[in-house]
Amino acid sequence: MGKKLRGAEIFVRCLQDEGVEFIFGYPGGAVLHIYDELYKIDNPRHILVRHEQGATHAADGYARATGKPGVVLVTSGPGATNTITGIATAYMDSIPMVVFTGQVPRPLIGNDAFQEVDNVGITRPCVKHNFMVTDVRDLATTIKKAFYIATSGRPGPVVVDLPKDITADSCEYAYPESVEIRSYKPVTKGHPGQIRKAVNLLLKARRPMIYSGGGVVLDNAAEELTEFTRLLGYPITNTLMGLGAYPATDPQFVGMLGMHGTYEANMAMHQCDVLLAIGARFDDRVTGDLEKFCPHAKIIHVDIDPASIAKNVPVDIPIVGSVRNVLRDMLALLKESKEKPDKQALKAWWKQIDQWRAVNCLAYEHSDEVIKPQYVIEKLCELTGGDAYVTSDVGQHQMWAAQYYKFNKPRRWINSGGLGTMGFGMPAALGVKLAYPEETVCCISGEASLVMCIQELSTALQYDLPIKIILLNNRYMGMVRQWQEFFYDRRYAHSYMDALPDFVRLTEAYGHVGMRVEKPGEVESALKEALEMKDRLVLIDFITDQTENVYPMIAAGKGHNEIILPTDRELA
Amino acid sequence: MRHVIALLLENEAGALSRVAGLFSARGYNIESLTVAPTEDPSASRMTIVTHGSDAVIEQITKQLNKLVDVIKLVDLSESSHIERELMLVKVRARDAAAREEVKRLSDIFRGRVLDVTPACYTIEMTGTGDKLDAFLEALPARSIMEVVRSGCAGISRGEKRLKI
Ligand SMILES: Cc1ncc(C[n+]2csc(CCOP(=O)(O)OP(=O)(O)O)c2C)c(N)n1
Repeated sequence: MGKKLRGAEIFVRCLQDEGVEFIFGYPGGAVLHIYDELYKIDNPRHILVRHEQGATHAADGYARATGKPGVVLVTSGPGATNTITGIATAYMDSIPMVVFTGQVPRPLIGNDAFQEVDNVGITRPCVKHNFMVTDVRDLATTIKKAFYIATSGRPGPVVVDLPKDITADSCEYAYPESVEIRSYKPVTKGHPGQIRKAVNLLLKARRPMIYSGGGVVLDNAAEELTEFTRLLGYPITNTLMGLGAYPATDPQFVGMLGMHGTYEANMAMHQCDVLLAIGARFDDRVTGDLEKFCPHAKIIHVDIDPASIAKNVPVDIPIVGSVRNVLRDMLALLKESKEKPDKQALKAWWKQIDQWRAVNCLAYEHSDEVIKPQYVIEKLCELTGGDAYVTSDVGQHQMWAAQYYKFNKPRRWINSGGLGTMGFGMPAALGVKLAYPEETVCCISGEASLVMCIQELSTALQYDLPIKIILLNNRYMGMVRQWQEFFYDRRYAHSYMDALPDFVRLTEAYGHVGMRVEKPGEVESALKEALEMKDRLVLIDFITDQTENVYPMIAAGKGHNEIILPTDRELA
Repeated sequence: MRHVIALLLENEAGALSRVAGLFSARGYNIESLTVAPTEDPSASRMTIVTHGSDAVIEQITKQLNKLVDVIKLVDLSESSHIERELMLVKVRARDAAAREEVKRLSDIFRGRVLDVTPACYTIEMTGTGDKLDAFLEALPARSIMEVVRSGCAGISRGEKRLKI
């Protein structure tokens, strides 16, 4: 008979045996047995956030940057409900995360006990799976299952609800090496026949297009995607979630697609005759009007999740499998194939694409008077060599970051694409900085988004996380204002951020460095200065042009070919 | 199109709410849903009757399969299968003529009278949903006091089976 351990000790041992580096957490009554164990150890390191939402975003940022699951620990009731936004954010973007929520002791469950909520019920629609542990002897296996489910197949958040008495009960401890779940067997290898058909179709294409998404990043398949795309010589576009999976500065890259994608990417989508969609899910912000989506194309769709295939758009060749495995198999076939892409056709296709490119859709009017937000991002990209980790919040600044920061590597661009969660960026940056203390980590934010999780500036101070906050302060919920300008006759209902704090003094109050920049001529030197302060968190409050809009734009429900350029608006 | 989907799922707390929640969250319709443990107590068997276009049904089966608690699933409507539903119905039957008529109808539909009082009969009947509907239609106007239906249970014909 081995020694018996208490549930709280078992919990900590499980995380150690799982190789968890950080727990993002916040204590409370239901998890105090666990916190008492955390008191005794340094590994995993507990990072005390200032709001449970911040814990989920920080864990999420860590997971996006490293590919390892983020781990969160919160108390029952309000601690648990505060994690919902962060869990839903991770769910929409398929981010591996394990969230441990405290629960009232089993005998009290269902009695409306103090700080009781039905965590399993509340989180059910926004998790990949969830558990309540009802016997301490199941604790270790359940934790193993949670990590396995969160990280395998299409990744996602898993919640484990821990009644307090379970953490006090004892049993022998053994962490399982692996777990078998008979009802959960994700497919990883693609069907060879389908893969062969796909390669044949791709080789016959006259106007091919590759459209890749976050799945390529999540599956660490950027290298395979890049080799495959270069071998074919075909144009490639990335979704917002897929940026960095193919080098943005490569000539075959035609930019992001969708609502604020480039003219060339969207027009090429509209005109292509064969579309390879890989690790992408045909989100409505990408497809626009489904009736007008890729009207001429035969579609190949590769995804680990069968339910993503043919959900929004009918597909000619579906391939279920891990995108990395499928890309490897396709590469092997391509290399041994005698058939080659049609050179003539491809040349004509590139000629057409270059004409669209010549429109120069990301050009913007420069100014010596007022800071253009696009200019700030361009300068940031230049000064960081396009190699920083960049997180963002949600709004115009997010789109400008995606458009003007040229991501050449995967996992560098970290944003809430699916849920569009304001408040995500800064805590996410803290998670990234913990993972990679030597790297430059920037959070590009808007003044409305930033204040949603501003309290995490304390976390940054406590754990010495010198991120750089690039605040594009337009004194508006810019994206909302833009929609009101375009679609509501300039009735700016409640989109003006009145009574804003002085962000410089606010940052200083939290113990960091704040700077304000109001002139275009000072942008570069301020950025340099901030980037050189390696050991301090710096926030630069850039006072930017209030009237700037994000272009190009495809209005919701329009087709790719109905894209609006800044010149169209001026003419109209 | 109407589809009958049979599934085996882990007999775990919350498994039913995952299935029910999926249907409401994604706006799929459920005509009926039945569930009970099987000969293997670790698994439950569920029969769902739903309506939708081919594309919707494809999504429903994929989304169900994606639930971690779902072990196996088959769309019974894709091949020949058997459906049965149990109904208990309490029928007003006071005078001799009414009692005779209700009893006669029940016999025609192969019902069984489970309970008798001077004022009513309680009848048990199994069959397809259509047959049960037909019986309710056939009963004298305003004679139905109470109806309980189990929802459809389905199984495929022949050797084919849904097993773990
Ligand atoms: C939590 C949350 N609430 C509301 C929204 C809707 N929303 C999308 S963008 C936006 C404005 C963001 O303003 P700001 O952070 O200042 O960025 P800007 O667009 O000005 O760059 C709002 C309110 C959202 N995405 N998330």
